[in-house]
Amino acid sequence: MAAPGNCNTGTWEHFPHGADVGVRGYGESVEEAFARAALALTAVITDPAGVEQRDRVPIRCEAPDTELLLVDWLNALVYEMATRRMVFGRFDVRIRNGRLDATACGERLDPGRHQPAVEVKGATYTALGVARRPDGTWVAQCVVDV
Amino acid sequence: MDLGLLTRQSELCWRIEAHGAMRVPGVLYGDETLLEAMDHKVYEQVANVAALPGIVGASYAMPDAHWGYGFPIGGVAAFDAAAGGVVSAGGVGFDISCGVRSLNTGLTRAGLRGRESALADALYRAIPVGLGSTGGIRLDAVQMDAMLAGGARWALEQGYGEPADLERTEEHGCMAGARPDRVSDHAKLRQRDEMGTLGSGNHYLEIQQVEEIFDDAAARAFGLRPGDLLATIHCGSRGMGHQIGTEFLRSMAVAAQESGIRLPDRELACAPVRSDIGQAYLGAMRAGINCALANRQIITHLVRGAFARVLPDARLTMLYDVSHNTCKVETHTVDGARRELYVHRKGATRAFGPGHPDLPAAFRDVGQPVLIGGSMGTASYVLAGSAEGEALSFSSSCHGAGRAMSRHQAKRTWRGREIVDELATRGIVIRSASLRGVAEEAPGAYKDVGEVVDAADAAGLSRKVARVTPVVCIKG
Repeated sequence: MAAPGNCNTGTWEHFPHGADVGVRGYGESVEEAFARAALALTAVITDPAGVEQRDRVPIRCEAPDTELLLVDWLNALVYEMATRRMVFGRFDVRIRNGRLDATACGERLDPGRHQPAVEVKGATYTALGVARRPDGTWVAQCVVDV
Repeated sequence: MDLGLLTRQSELCWRIEAHGAMRVPGVLYGDETLLEAMDHKVYEQVANVAALPGIVGASYAMPDAHWGYGFPIGGVAAFDAAAGGVVSAGGVGFDISCGVRSLNTGLTRAGLRGRESALADALYRAIPVGLGSTGGIRLDAVQMDAMLAGGARWALEQGYGEPADLERTEEHGCMAGARPDRVSDHAKLRQRDEMGTLGSGNHYLEIQQVEEIFDDAAARAFGLRPGDLLATIHCGSRGMGHQIGTEFLRSMAVAAQESGIRLPDRELACAPVRSDIGQAYLGAMRAGINCALANRQIITHLVRGAFARVLPDARLTMLYDVSHNTCKVETHTVDGARRELYVHRKGATRAFGPGHPDLPAAFRDVGQPVLIGGSMGTASYVLAGSAEGEALSFSSSCHGAGRAMSRHQAKRTWRGREIVDELATRGIVIRSASLRGVAEEAPGAYKDVGEVVDAADAAGLSRKVARVTPVVCIKG
């Protein structure tokens, strides 16, 4: 059921959850896994490859643990997308001591070109996990409500 | 779901006996087929909700229940504040007061013949739909707070709608106890340009034709005759509700963590009604309800305008407006005593029975209209609240069909254009900003709403009144 991503920046996938969608990012580091989970978030809405990187939006959040930080990160993106009417196609993430500093690159939403499928209402704590796998790589995931 | 885990009470009522941390039993409604098809997660979530402090009666699942966030979607639970009862942001959900509003149009199917496309175009132009769309109304800070306090009543004061609309809306169009000051600036900013927008996903505006009547007396009271046209709006509190839900889910989860409460699922995060955070959430959530009511009221005004341009003989009057993601204070009889309870309905519709004092006079004898949406190619239903519903589920019923297939699978199975063309051959006109969105919302991706409604009727949660089918569908 998973939908592997073919984004040139790495791998992400969707996993099913009832009426909604799970987003999952893999990476060599927790930062990379967060960035790819964000790509999976964009892919719920539109093909990330079709998003031009014209504008950069700085994003900061802080949370008591890494899992909450993932939800905060994705919700910060949902908020920026909603209030700026943008979609993002590239993410640079740094995490230190429970604090995330990131840049999201994207452009203003163009409904004709992006054919947005659905709006994401928020990231949830369902199927939430940030973990290091036995091979040393990271996975970051949760369900988003659409 | 493994039926072996349940005790069968009757043909359509199943019980999860209280075990472990459960304070009350779980009660699930549906026939064998619906229950077997339900995700095991519904079982777990019903049981988890039954373990929350102050829960009264039982933790309920409606016939359309499916895996939700902490609470199942299709879940109903009532809490007594005096007994330490809680309020839960997850028990309301992200789309606060998402709901369905139907309008009688004064037209019949025959009166629309030949004008279907013109009406669809007029509606599509008038009502902003889809991701990124903005409404024609931009609220400043003072207007935003007035809207959050006043709901549909505020919208009426601004010139959107008719006075008679309010009495056909739950809470008479204005949720009391809203606290705009408990709503964050982020939530207000997210809503600033979204008043009067439909949204996306499963939200829609449909013109429907009454296909079949099951209950003559209720149909008369609801103004429904075979062949009549209805205009039905399904949407919620837009970015405002989503942001309130997001923020309080987090603050309740962190508060639980900090106070050492171990929850089986973070999404169950809740707070005592009688706590600062519980009261803050209730104030903000009620403001979110008003946002949804105002939004549907503004859209009603836009729908009337579109009809007036294409079909000047139309006279759109409110049938009713229901919300299916809420927490409301209601008085119910429990074990012979009247108790004030905080009733959470997450993907469940309030369904007051005949004689309930909150109902408009026209519905006193037949019960509250319960509006159930299907998918864009299938039927929707109008039901009526039943007298026995209070004892069965705190007067609650189902809310819709529920998905049978993930969005991803739907996107791979269908192409939007094919769906639009196929529905056109069946006389259903679709307008949407996104063909991918249409594919993900394909009728085949949804369960049969008829089975759900039959179960709700047979279980006594509400009575079937009419089946309606789509003629025009504007998809977000």
